[in-house]
Amino acid sequence: MNFVWMVAWRLLREGRFQTALILAGVSIGVGVIVYITAIVSGLQANIIERTLSTQAHVVLRPADIVNQAPLTVPGSVKLADIAKRTQRENTIANWGGIVARVRGMPNVSAVAAMASGPGVAQQGGVRKSVVLMGVELEDYQQVVRLDNKLQAGRLLLPTGTALIGKELAADLGLQPGGRLRVQTATGGSQSVTVGAVLDFGLKDLNKRWVLLPLREAQNLLGFQRDVTEIYVKSERLFEAESLAANLALVTGLTADSWQSSNGQLVTALKSQTASSLMIRVFVTFAVALGIASVLVVSVVQRQREIGILRAMGTPASRILAVFLLQGGLVGLFGSLFGSLLGAVMAEGISRMAKTEDGSPLFPVALDGELFVTTALIATLVGVLAALLPALRAARLDPVVAIRG
Amino acid sequence: MTLEGVKKSYGGGKSPLVEVLHGIELQLVEGEFAALLGPSGSGKSTLLNIMGLLETPTAGELHIAGTATAGLDDAARTALRNRYLGFVFQFHHLLPAFSALENVMMPLFAGQGRVTPQDRQRAAMLLQRVGLADHAAKRPVQLSGGQQQRVAIVRALMNRPRLVLADEPTGNLDTQTADEVFALLHELNREDGTTFLIVTHDQRLADGCPRQIRLLDGRLQPDGLLSPAPSASGR
Ligand SMILES: Nc1ncnc2c1ncn2[C@@H]1O[C@H](COP(=O)(O)OP(=O)(O)O)[C@@H](O)[C@H]1O
Ligand SMILES: [Mg+2]
Repeated sequence: MNFVWMVAWRLLREGRFQTALILAGVSIGVGVIVYITAIVSGLQANIIERTLSTQAHVVLRPADIVNQAPLTVPGSVKLADIAKRTQRENTIANWGGIVARVRGMPNVSAVAAMASGPGVAQQGGVRKSVVLMGVELEDYQQVVRLDNKLQAGRLLLPTGTALIGKELAADLGLQPGGRLRVQTATGGSQSVTVGAVLDFGLKDLNKRWVLLPLREAQNLLGFQRDVTEIYVKSERLFEAESLAANLALVTGLTADSWQSSNGQLVTALKSQTASSLMIRVFVTFAVALGIASVLVVSVVQRQREIGILRAMGTPASRILAVFLLQGGLVGLFGSLFGSLLGAVMAEGISRMAKTEDGSPLFPVALDGELFVTTALIATLVGVLAALLPALRAARLDPVVAIRG
Repeated sequence: MTLEGVKKSYGGGKSPLVEVLHGIELQLVEGEFAALLGPSGSGKSTLLNIMGLLETPTAGELHIAGTATAGLDDAARTALRNRYLGFVFQFHHLLPAFSALENVMMPLFAGQGRVTPQDRQRAAMLLQRVGLADHAAKRPVQLSGGQQQRVAIVRALMNRPRLVLADEPTGNLDTQTADEVFALLHELNREDGTTFLIVTHDQRLADGCPRQIRLLDGRLQPDGLLSPAPSASGR
């Protein structure tokens, strides 16, 4: 049996009321932190997932064509001319090699080429403007999941078929097996069969997106064998920006990460993260102060016992360790209770608050890592908070206690 | 243990400087059983605390088991204290959060940081020796005053100290219990050869001690010299 553990444990057990008080304080603090973290990260993960469910992490497009810098007049210096001119339909040729090269790069999990352009869908006299997206379905599904979006039909895309959004299907009165005509401004026109109706999760996409086999889209849009975009899925979502920079360098194409295409969302997420961090930091401070103040009182109350222990030959360092350990134990146990409390609160709120379709309004992210880090931090904070009281205990003059 | 010209002053700074001990010369012989007598306020506790390395003398030198103690840091003094000295206080000063057995083990536990089953056995044996075998698991509050003091006495013996310093160990016990406790101290001294220095102002108890050291106003009276009864006022 170890002296420090035994004495720390006994003192905590003996000071029942104080220990209960301090544990309650730590538990509530940790509970709030766990609750907020679970809700915020759950919410963020959900928003990101929803946003990215129809997007690639990085999209490669043809490099912008910028005006050639005019000849400089002697005596003047023209630093840059970044005014763009009209971007002509600019496509990526020889994309096969690029796709192969990108596939081999680190942090890339899937690549899909796409030939897209504007078009009109027509059926029974109704005309709707749409986006024609020519894809190799196998590749595309690696980047954008479709199986969870399937409403009707089958996820197959042989020649002569199209996959369309559910709003478009409703507007044109179409079901799988139905036929529609797609036309492009360049004069291309073809009749296709609806293979499946999809729900992309956004009304605008459901109205406009028409997935076609790559070859047919290329023909309709007059791209020959070129594509317009290369979709890249990254292995690590939050490293998409560096991946994009890397891809731009390697391919010479323009690369946009999901972060740069969703700037507002990223800003919102960042400020939400920052404010939840603030709350956590302040709660942690409050908890630390609580631990410190209760321990200071405990040191004063136990002055005599500390003096006796010192008189019997307990090294000051061992007294220090006893009180540091008390802080650590309080932090650890408080964080266990607190994690439980926070988890229960978070689960409770996610059960209570539901959207109309019955899915939880607050999806919570309660993972083991959250509990482990919380316990570690709480233990550390407990030890640090105990530092001042522990130093005070270690410096107590035993004579004062014994004479008293 | 040897003391050479030990002086102790309190105060200084704002409060007046008061010298409590004026040059104490004292040598304790291994295995002896000595009483330290003197009226209240004569400096007995101060002297004992200095000998116990709990306070540092203002001047003079203190040797324990051949080691000079002046200038030692707290850790070294603590280690010496733990190794060579046992304490019995007037108010038993047992730790309320621990059982009698744990209290007895505490000096060893505190010094080494851990205890072995053998240590536990030794503590149990010590308790048995003072007739408290059945009370080993009890907390101090569940024991009578005499029992508490007996626990405190064997606690002082746990580390097999060379010297036990007892500051009025019978001070708040009734006469009969005080006699019993004193007899116990005698017995332990005879059986183990541990040196005892016992502060008392009870002349009757001191009379049973082979050596009587008298302190008056911070000065030691020559050994064996009959001085006025301690009940008389200091000057
Ligand atoms: N910490 C201190 N500060 C100032 N004076 C003290 C202190 N401790 C003891 N004294 C004084 O020293 C004198 C001796 O005290 P003490 O050693 O306790 O005497 P005794 O134990 O013989 O009754 C007393 O006058 C007491 O007031
Ligand atoms: Mg005294």
